[in-house]
Amino acid sequence: MAKSENSGGQRGTLRKVLRYIRKYWVYLALSIMMAALTVTLTLYLPILTGRVIDLIIDKGRVDFDGVFAILQQMAVVIGITAVAQWVMNICNNKMTYRIVQDIRDEAFKRIEILPLKYIDGHSYGEVVSRVIADVDQFADGLLMGFTQFFTGVITILGTLGFMLSVNVGITGVVVLITPLSFVVAAFIARKTFVMFRAQSETRGEQTALIEEMIGNQKVVQAFSHEDEALEEFDEINDRLGKCSLKAIFYSSITNPSTRFVNNLVYAGVAVTGAVFAIKGGISVGQLSCFLTYANQYTKPFNEISGVVTELQNALACAARIFELIEEEPQIPDREGAAVLTDVEGRVDLQHVEFSYVPDRKLITDFNLSVRPGQRVAIVGPTGCGKTTVINLLMRFYDVQSGRICVDGADIRDVTRSSLRDHYGMVLQETWLKSGTIRDNIVMGKPEATEGEIIAAAKASHAHSFIKRLPQGYDTVIGEDGGSLSQGQKQLLCITRVMLCLPPMLILDEATSSIDTRTEIRIQKAFATMMQGRTSFIVAHRLSTIREADVILVMKDGNIIEQGNHETLLTQGGFYATLYQSQFAG
Amino acid sequence: MRKLLVYLKDYRKETILAPLFKMLEATFELFVPLVMAAVIDQGIGNGNVSYVLRMGGVLVLLGVIGLVCSITAQYFSAKAAVGVSTKLKHALFAHIQGLSYTEIDTLGTATMITRMTSDVNQVQSGVNMVLRLFLRSPFIVFGAMVMAFTIDVKAALIFVVTIPALSVVVFGIMMWTMPLFKKVQAGLDSVLGATRENLTGARVIRAFNKEQEEIEAFEQKNSALAHMQLFVGKISALTNPVTYIIINVATVVLLYTGAVRVDEGTITQGEVVALVNYMSQILIELVKLANLIITITKALACANRIQSVFEIRSGMEWKQKVTETAAGQHSKRQADETSPDEQRPEGDEVVFDHVCLTYAGAGAESLTDLNFRVKKGQTVGIIGGTGSGKTSLVNMIPRFYDATKGHVRIKGRDVREYGMEELREMIGIVPQKAVLFQGTVRENMQWGKNNATDAEIWQAIETAQAKEFVEQKDGRLDAAIAQTGRNLSGGQRQRLTIARALVGRPEILILDDSASALDYATDAALRQAIRNMEGDMTVFIVSQRASSIQHADQIIVLDDGEMAGIGIHEELLERCEVYQEIYYSQYPKKEVRS
Repeated sequence: MAKSENSGGQRGTLRKVLRYIRKYWVYLALSIMMAALTVTLTLYLPILTGRVIDLIIDKGRVDFDGVFAILQQMAVVIGITAVAQWVMNICNNKMTYRIVQDIRDEAFKRIEILPLKYIDGHSYGEVVSRVIADVDQFADGLLMGFTQFFTGVITILGTLGFMLSVNVGITGVVVLITPLSFVVAAFIARKTFVMFRAQSETRGEQTALIEEMIGNQKVVQAFSHEDEALEEFDEINDRLGKCSLKAIFYSSITNPSTRFVNNLVYAGVAVTGAVFAIKGGISVGQLSCFLTYANQYTKPFNEISGVVTELQNALACAARIFELIEEEPQIPDREGAAVLTDVEGRVDLQHVEFSYVPDRKLITDFNLSVRPGQRVAIVGPTGCGKTTVINLLMRFYDVQSGRICVDGADIRDVTRSSLRDHYGMVLQETWLKSGTIRDNIVMGKPEATEGEIIAAAKASHAHSFIKRLPQGYDTVIGEDGGSLSQGQKQLLCITRVMLCLPPMLILDEATSSIDTRTEIRIQKAFATMMQGRTSFIVAHRLSTIREADVILVMKDGNIIEQGNHETLLTQGGFYATLYQSQFAG
Repeated sequence: MRKLLVYLKDYRKETILAPLFKMLEATFELFVPLVMAAVIDQGIGNGNVSYVLRMGGVLVLLGVIGLVCSITAQYFSAKAAVGVSTKLKHALFAHIQGLSYTEIDTLGTATMITRMTSDVNQVQSGVNMVLRLFLRSPFIVFGAMVMAFTIDVKAALIFVVTIPALSVVVFGIMMWTMPLFKKVQAGLDSVLGATRENLTGARVIRAFNKEQEEIEAFEQKNSALAHMQLFVGKISALTNPVTYIIINVATVVLLYTGAVRVDEGTITQGEVVALVNYMSQILIELVKLANLIITITKALACANRIQSVFEIRSGMEWKQKVTETAAGQHSKRQADETSPDEQRPEGDEVVFDHVCLTYAGAGAESLTDLNFRVKKGQTVGIIGGTGSGKTSLVNMIPRFYDATKGHVRIKGRDVREYGMEELREMIGIVPQKAVLFQGTVRENMQWGKNNATDAEIWQAIETAQAKEFVEQKDGRLDAAIAQTGRNLSGGQRQRLTIARALVGRPEILILDDSASALDYATDAALRQAIRNMEGDMTVFIVSQRASSIQHADQIIVLDDGEMAGIGIHEELLERCEVYQEIYYSQYPKKEVRS
């Protein structure tokens, strides 16, 4: 049952693969034709060679006219084969790389519209490996595997046909001995499987230890723990050495063994062929042709057994890619969704309910009304749902019931892009794209002038450190900020928002990595920035939110207190305790 | 690379025997066409069936000998390869552990991990392949040519022309494409980077509505990659057809020459067949050799990367551990010699004497002219903005970095005069990044002191305010801790790292912003407990929170690597501008007054 489902899945995957190939069917058809041609001619060549040899019998018994005629034929065959082979290679390349490109484009497009829920719920490494490694493996395995499989099958059939047409007896010898090499290879593979598993388990153990000890080298040294670590390492290392030796040695027996079987086939052909030749059944030339075939015949068999696993692997990769490509995208903007313009900044949350996991309620019946220009601070212990509020405001996640309105319009009735255009956001995790400092600053306003950029950087106190970078604003920073310190990255993220100044702001722990002095300066800049703008601030640091108009104290997804600093302090509730603890000790 | 060969030395026997047996195997393979020629000329020519059978036996025998030789060779090469990689890993691990913080910073731990894992593995398979194939393939190629010469010189000349021609094509195309493949790899890296970036930055990209632009940028990168792949593909697509033409044209010429020579009566028909067979053997081996060279190039690159790690020498020299008395005398002498004028009041535990620190490769000093004394049993608070040098300062005490100018002295002795273990056992440090190791709670605690008893461990855990949650864990001290301690919360982890440092009862305790994940109340209780510990422990507390250090005996205020002030809270609040700024940023004036 499970098995049939699985094969159904494989068939489904195969169908989808064919959809991508269809676009390049011309190349595919050409490739198949050329492959067939190449194989046939390659097999034909030994026959011609054999015929030549039969014309070269002994001293004075050489038919030069015949030899010339056949040699000419051979030259033509060689030429055609080479061209056919070349065309086939080109077609395969074209098909492979274009399909890879198409699939990657499509996967990437899907990533851009996947709900945040998917991105938050999957490790980045896993998704990246689907787009990169899986696609590569799929291309290599499926397309290369396919051609190998195809040419292999034609070779086997062709060889069999040619051999049978010449002599049934010798063909019988070849067909009988060849399977031996399968048996040997399969036997060794089965035996070595356990050893390989032991090897990879031990290797995993070792890698874990290396990552732990070398990755935290400083701690190891601080505690003078080097000797113990080395001891532990050596123990695993020795064990790995033993496992590896076994695995490598036993698996490396495969090649000599199959070669030995090949040699047996060769000897068998030689003996039976020679006996037939003596009895006049075949000529010497035909025997030489048989010997060439005997060498060629076993090769595709060895390859095909590998190809089948490769194909299966490729299909598995393809299935993983399609899973990503077919992942449900975020709900598209409603038909005829309005475009938000001239936002005042009134934000209402009405009876909002939300949770990431269905059976664990997070936010229940959340109500909040924010007037334009108000500052809302959200505080509370870790995991209380502060960041979730932001996810909902920006519509990274949709509410499960209730509604969120901006200037009275349900945010699900307006386009996402117009909603997000009106928010400026600085998140806890600073994210910068690889590119220049300037590229990063102008993200929200690509047409910004140099003057505007510098003004924004000055306002966020980033100008002075940018100025000191090797190429100033044109300094290229690596993926995720590269060499910049956490604080500098945060300043850049703030500059980014400073430049476009939308009517509503979201600041999530925006200054957590900046020292308190710089923070004060930034706070001042923020204060100017927040003038007349609705702002939501999430912070652990109480000093940063003291001046808010409304403080929401959250706990377990609910707002348990709401008011300004003074009223909350006099209330003597949760906020008051939180605040007082700053002065303890 | 050359230095890595040292590791092969221990496997001299294997490294010689493996290729030797491979060559033996190849030799027997080269005899096969000759046997066939004999079968054709003697057996078929004379109609001698028993001769044919005997020769068939010879073929099988050659196969058996080949099999035995080859398996022997595989064994020796596997043994040498695995042995080398095992020793290499050991040496590398030991070497990396001996590097100082400066070298660790420059190398980066991620790099070192790759060197130890994938690079060493590549070297291992490289060694294995070289021992097995590197001699075999050229041997067969040239052996085939030599065999051709034994048959007929004139026909053999065709080999002399063909082999170089084939080599030029096979290796030429390889040389041409190899740098291009590097470019393809770079293109793939950029596609990978873009994908990763769009996952990590999904929120920001969407907040700024950049999805469409990102898609366009990706498509551009992706199509550039495809173009590059197609270009390289076009070149490598030539290999097969061109070699096919060369080898078969050579065969055609060989057949013609053969025909002429047979007609002259110089060689026999069977010998022509043998010559044709040698020709096809050459092609197979050349292709193998080309693949082998790719493996070798990769392995060599990895070997060089490993070599470069070995070449990094620790910039720090450590004194051998000296005995107590010798140490005393030594330090006295040291004090006499280097600073006879220096007065050292009794009880000075840690002294910074005009200390400057410039990190390797940095343009400017990170610490400038630090000058202070700490008495035994004092608590020192260190405060300052991000990047002001707080961590750098405390890292100089256990000599993680050496002062570029000035001296750090502990108990009157320059830290450079101590043996490594001697110095570090005296100091308990709690690094900023709270890392625990896979194992039990007890094993982690014993990092601070080998064979620490449970009582000692519990005491440390209690002081570190971790007792409550450790007691709740299944197995308590035997509770399992996952790698880096990720099965614990940040605060729990921090408290356990503090306990780990306390287990060894250090004379000097350094807390490098180690309470950042603790709430204010726990932080305060922790400091109280540490103060109440027996013995005169000198404590350094690095913090961004004014509340954590305000009761210290001395507070050092750092600003951009310089000391902006030193003193107790009240003094600093009075006259140190930087301290005031920090303090009031956390406690606005009106609150403090009220």
